[in-house]
Amino acid sequence: MVAVTGPRHRGSWGTRVWRWTVLALIGGYLLLPLIAMADFSTRLPDGARTVEPWQTITTYPDLVSGIITSLELAVLSVLGVLVLLVPTMIWVHLRLPLLRRPLEVLCLLLLTIPAIVLVVGMAPIYRWVTYLFGDSPLTLTFVYVVLVLPYAYRAIDASLRSVDVKTIAEAARTLGASWPRTIVEVLVPNIRIGIASAAVISIALVLGEFTIASLLNFETLQVVINLLGKRDAQVSVAVSLAALLFAFVLLVALPTGESRPRPPDDGPGPAPQGGIA
Amino acid sequence: MTAARTPDVDSGNAVELIDLRRSFGSAVALDGLTMDIARGELVALLGPSGCGKTTALRALAGLEDLDGGRVVVHGRDVTHLPANKRDMGMVFQAYSLFPHLSALENVGYGLRLATRRVPAARRRARARELLELVGLAEQANRFPHQLSGGQQQRVALARALAINPAVLLLDEPLSALDAKVRAQLRDEIRRIQTEVGATTLFVTHDQEEALGIADRVGVMRAGRLEQLAPPVLLYDRPATAFVAEFVGQTNPVPGTVADGHIAVLGGRLPVVPGSVTTGAAVALVRPEWLRVRPDPEGAWRVAAVSFLGADCRVQVAGPDGARLTASVPGESAAVLPLGAAVDVTVSPRPVFARPV
Repeated sequence: MVAVTGPRHRGSWGTRVWRWTVLALIGGYLLLPLIAMADFSTRLPDGARTVEPWQTITTYPDLVSGIITSLELAVLSVLGVLVLLVPTMIWVHLRLPLLRRPLEVLCLLLLTIPAIVLVVGMAPIYRWVTYLFGDSPLTLTFVYVVLVLPYAYRAIDASLRSVDVKTIAEAARTLGASWPRTIVEVLVPNIRIGIASAAVISIALVLGEFTIASLLNFETLQVVINLLGKRDAQVSVAVSLAALLFAFVLLVALPTGESRPRPPDDGPGPAPQGGIA
Repeated sequence: MTAARTPDVDSGNAVELIDLRRSFGSAVALDGLTMDIARGELVALLGPSGCGKTTALRALAGLEDLDGGRVVVHGRDVTHLPANKRDMGMVFQAYSLFPHLSALENVGYGLRLATRRVPAARRRARARELLELVGLAEQANRFPHQLSGGQQQRVALARALAINPAVLLLDEPLSALDAKVRAQLRDEIRRIQTEVGATTLFVTHDQEEALGIADRVGVMRAGRLEQLAPPVLLYDRPATAFVAEFVGQTNPVPGTVADGHIAVLGGRLPVVPGSVTTGAAVALVRPEWLRVRPDPEGAWRVAAVSFLGADCRVQVAGPDGARLTASVPGESAAVLPLGAAVDVTVSPRPVFARPV
């Protein structure tokens, strides 16, 4: 059998040049500050190169504890938002579809509230949080879970909409699966990309958050970088760049789905879900 | 309601639905539905969209809460049991395989839950057997997105049968497939159902599918069962005007009922029980019971001829504007050109006579 490949639409020469020009411009716009940061953090006053600012990162105890705090906050926030959102959203999709819109509004509402307003509102609550849970910076988890809610909601919602959640849940139920088993063994694996996206976005947000931590007087990575910047600008920039690169690595590691071969063509495709019939 | 039973199914009901009631707001989906399914029997529920047939199936599966009524399976009241405790195997209208599992793992999923003490190797062997039964042993390691629609529904059938369910529920499983695959899979479902002896409820809106596959067919309308009978009986002896008109085609022909017969088209046809017993009525005459012959003196004219393969549909127009559709053998249509004068007579088959 002769393999036949379709025409590849690469576009005209002019189109390709235009594409590469746009890519180069955007790439330059995004990369230039990073290159400048790398340059600044490795240059001595006489123009020679040094890696000393990068090597001294670990010698600043505040910085190390800031990094650890931020990482702990990232993990706790991800766990918090997933435990809160995943079962809730699955339940609303399956059993309470009328609540989908109110839930969406509730989760996205935060996008309209500036961080400073949020802190002003949170401050009295945090007096109680401090009273009940102590003054550990990890109590920031409560506010960070709220902070990442809109982004995590969007990622999980997109995943839930791409799967016929109702039908596969019902199929699992009729096969004898309890609700927890249905959620853990059948639904979660099928929305894992949404969950992974929500986790990565949440980690990136928490690692980069400054306003709330600073105003509530907690020393997270960004707050320490800011303080450090006043003492040693080169180390501060080196840490910022390292944090950015860490976030990029996370984004690259984000699962983007598999390429799926085309199924044999003997049906017009999945039927829409039936209602009363 | 007629509830005749085919002689080749065991006695004893596997399923009893008793006075099921369910409303969605002001829409009544089930309005006192009562029916039974014998062990090993395949019953098809047929009806127009919104008649409640899927709701009935979902109520039996435990996927739909009821406002009233009882569901009894093998003598046990399961009305308040959750879906996962009812021991039902279900094939859905929408493709329902778990996308993250291979065909083999999909079939093995229910087995794993049902037979946790059975070694994994034996469960896998059983899953393979079932895939062989549906002719997909070669595709065992493929994922749902690598299977065609027909293959997916076959795997879903194997998965439903894997747990050896008390009742197999098929919710329009063929409606998303092409006509050819649909017919093929329909026959296969019947073969497998007979082979494993599964008590089955099959919901469909396709009457050809229902009549072709079921031991008995239940025709539903507005949440109620109009008639539950073997396909032949349903077609030849409809219990209500709705059944007569919904199943197959009919010609409404006005006539007069007297002494259990209705006088139409120059003949006297016996009327089936449930019909009008006296006076003016409308006989619902099947197209294949009409005879159309060329007759220069005939009062009817050929208005249209549609070739359907072995048969032809011939439309004839009467002098008073009446129109009839007759089914005639393909070769007879050659002598029935458009506009030709014809005579129309009717075979003395029992008909349903509804009020005018």
